[in-house]
Parts: sequence; structure tokens; C-alpha cells
Amino acid sequence: MYTQMVDVEAAGAASDEQRRFDEKLDRGVTIEPKDWMPEAYRKTLVRQISQHAHSEIVGMLPEGNWITRAPSLERKLILLAKVQDEAGHGLYLYSAAETLGVARDELTEALLSGRAKYSSIFNYPTLTWADVGAIGWLVDGAAIINQIPLTRCSYGPYARAMTRICKEESFHQRQGFDVMVKLCAGTAPQKAMAQDALDRWWWPAVMMFGPPDSASPNSEQSMHWKIKLFSNDELRQRFIDQTAPQADALGLVIPDCELRWNEARGHYDFGAVDWDEFYRVVRGDGPCNRDRLRARVDAWEEGAWVREAALAHAEKRTRRA
Amino acid sequence: MPKNARAVRDWPLWEIFIRSDHGLAHKHVGSLHAADATMALQNARDVYTRRNEGTSIWVVRAADITASVPAERGAFFDPAEDKVYRHPTFFTVPEGVKHL
Repeated sequence: MYTQMVDVEAAGAASDEQRRFDEKLDRGVTIEPKDWMPEAYRKTLVRQISQHAHSEIVGMLPEGNWITRAPSLERKLILLAKVQDEAGHGLYLYSAAETLGVARDELTEALLSGRAKYSSIFNYPTLTWADVGAIGWLVDGAAIINQIPLTRCSYGPYARAMTRICKEESFHQRQGFDVMVKLCAGTAPQKAMAQDALDRWWWPAVMMFGPPDSASPNSEQSMHWKIKLFSNDELRQRFIDQTAPQADALGLVIPDCELRWNEARGHYDFGAVDWDEFYRVVRGDGPCNRDRLRARVDAWEEGAWVREAALAHAEKRTRRA
Repeated sequence: MPKNARAVRDWPLWEIFIRSDHGLAHKHVGSLHAADATMALQNARDVYTRRNEGTSIWVVRAADITASVPAERGAFFDPAEDKVYRHPTFFTVPEGVKHL
């Protein structure tokens, strides 16, 4: 698809608008909502930002599962605040996507009909309290690595939303790590619970950076547009390099027998990722895909009367004013 | 598409401006949907000030904002371009003269 797109653009002589756009990219000037932009750039951004927004919203579900069963009132308050942040992140991103001329309704419809994707990590279940720790530590940790470069991406509203989000993600990652620290300092069964969570979340977290560069056809165009600043494999390596010593500090073992420090490369070597599993979950056959979508559809349908009533009330008051 | 999804129109879009307590003016922070101004204020508080980012919020219907046109940026801002004398550094101050 990428090859085709480039051919089409190369065929016509670049317009003045296209030249101005390219010049801005080169100079690192942000593109703003009302500026001219190539249609493919706009479409790619709508897809990328809305997928990101959907991920934040669906991502509330696995953790929401533990709010009522958090082991203490303090943990419950912290988890509530964290899940509320995820809702906020979804909203920042939806509003950034809307600046590209797409309606919120269309985005919601794409999610609920199953057309739009969200991060496949959220199709795994949270079986124990330790999973809440593992999600904060690994999933939010991976998200931070993915997102920090995006604070410098070419589209202004997206970059600004990412700046807000990144500031808040640090709290998420630390609270997760803190859950793991407590479990690892606890009884043998508590530590085993932490290890079990790491065993189940490690590989899905490693997959969060997307397919290997060799199988990521849209990357080159996105990097030219500066809406992707590092390749999937670069970011994945960064995640593994940062996380391996953290697992050591916890006294936990990452479930990869090939993981070891490579002095010559200055990076950790790691084992092969099961990409078949990744594509299976992306296609809809992960452990929780149907549950997650069902939960979103139910929430939307059960909230319909509230949306309707609020609008009717507002209109009545306007008429009477 | 699930039933009801299209039954209700989107709530209107509001642009949100927040003033922090550091003596700065209200600053645009993003937008959100709400049925009316009261709800927009409450939602803005929850979405944009969870960490004490603000002491005052303005909400404005996005439809009520008139913006300059990016394509006319050159001509529109042109009058400011050739008036370098508006900047104090345009003038040379004789050596030794102070407090100017």
C-alpha cells in the first residue's frame, strides 16, 4: 500500500502547498489543524490518533476489573485515579483527532463496530492483583517509550496531547512498579504471584511496539512525515534495555532464556517473539477481544438515554432563556 | 453498529482555556464535548485539571470562535513585517548613556 501511495504522489508535480508542507516538516515547524496537509497524512493521523485514543479507553477495562478488589483503601484510591487518567488520555486524543475534521461519533462507531483497532495488549485478562502491578510497570512503561518521541511529532495537537499524557504516565508506571516491589518483598506466594504476572505480561508487552521493522510497511512514510520518530525495533530494544535491570532489582526472572547483556552491542540480546500470537490477537482471537468490545458496546447503549436527556435539557433551557 | 448509536447527535464541542495560579493569562488546553456550558465546565475540571493545573476555567463553544486564515497568514501579518523601529534594539544608544 505504501509503494502505491508514493507512486501516486510522485506522478503529479508537487504543488506549492505540498512544497510548503514539506518545507515545514524539514524546518521542524508543526502542522496545525487549518494548515494544508496531504490527504494521506491526514488519514494516517486520524487512524493513528484514534487507535491510540481507543487503546486508552479499552485499557481502562482490565484495570477496572481490580478496583473493587484492591488490597487496601489506598491502593483502591490510587488505582481509581490511574484509571480516571486513562479516560482523560482518551479524551485528549479524541479531541486531537477531531481537529483533523472527523466527528467523535464516527470514531466511536469505528471502535464499536470492530473496524478500528486498539492496542492488542488489552485483550489479555487481569487474573490477579499482581497483574495490576505488571500492567503499570510493563505496559505503561512500554507506552512511555513509545510516546515520549511523539511529543515532538509534526502534528501540533497530537504533540501537545502527548506532552500532557507523558507527564501523567510516570505516575502510572511508578504505581505499578510499587505494587511489584511490595509483592516481591512479601511472602513466597506473593512473590510467586508477581513472577506469574511477569511471565504472562512480558511477551505481550514486548509486542506492543508492533511488528519487526522488516514487516512494518507503513513505517518509512510515517517517519518521513515525522509522526513516527523511531522504528519499532529501536523502541523495543530500548524497552528491553530499560526493563531487564528493573526485573533484576525486583528479584524476578524475565521469561526469556536468551535474554542476556551483549557487551559488544551495548544492548540486551533477546529471544524470538511469537508474531503468530500477535497477529492472532490483532485479528480478534485473543483471550478477551469479545469481552472488551462487548463492554464498550454495552456502556454506549446503556448510556444513550443519558446523552439524549442531557441534550434535551440543554435545548429546553436555551429555548426558555 | 449497535442500536441507538446514531439516534442522538454529538454533544457540541467546547474549547477549554485554563489559567494557572502563576499570573499567566488563560491558555488554550484542548477541547471536549458537553451538552451545555455548566457540563462543559465540570468536564473541563475533570479532564484538564486533575493535578491542580488551574484556578480558573473558560469554556467557549468551538462554533463561536473566529480564527485568522492560515493561507492568508503572509498578507494578514504583513503590516508588522517592515516596522523594525518598533523594537528598542533598532536605536543605537551613545556609549556611556545609561537607563535607556
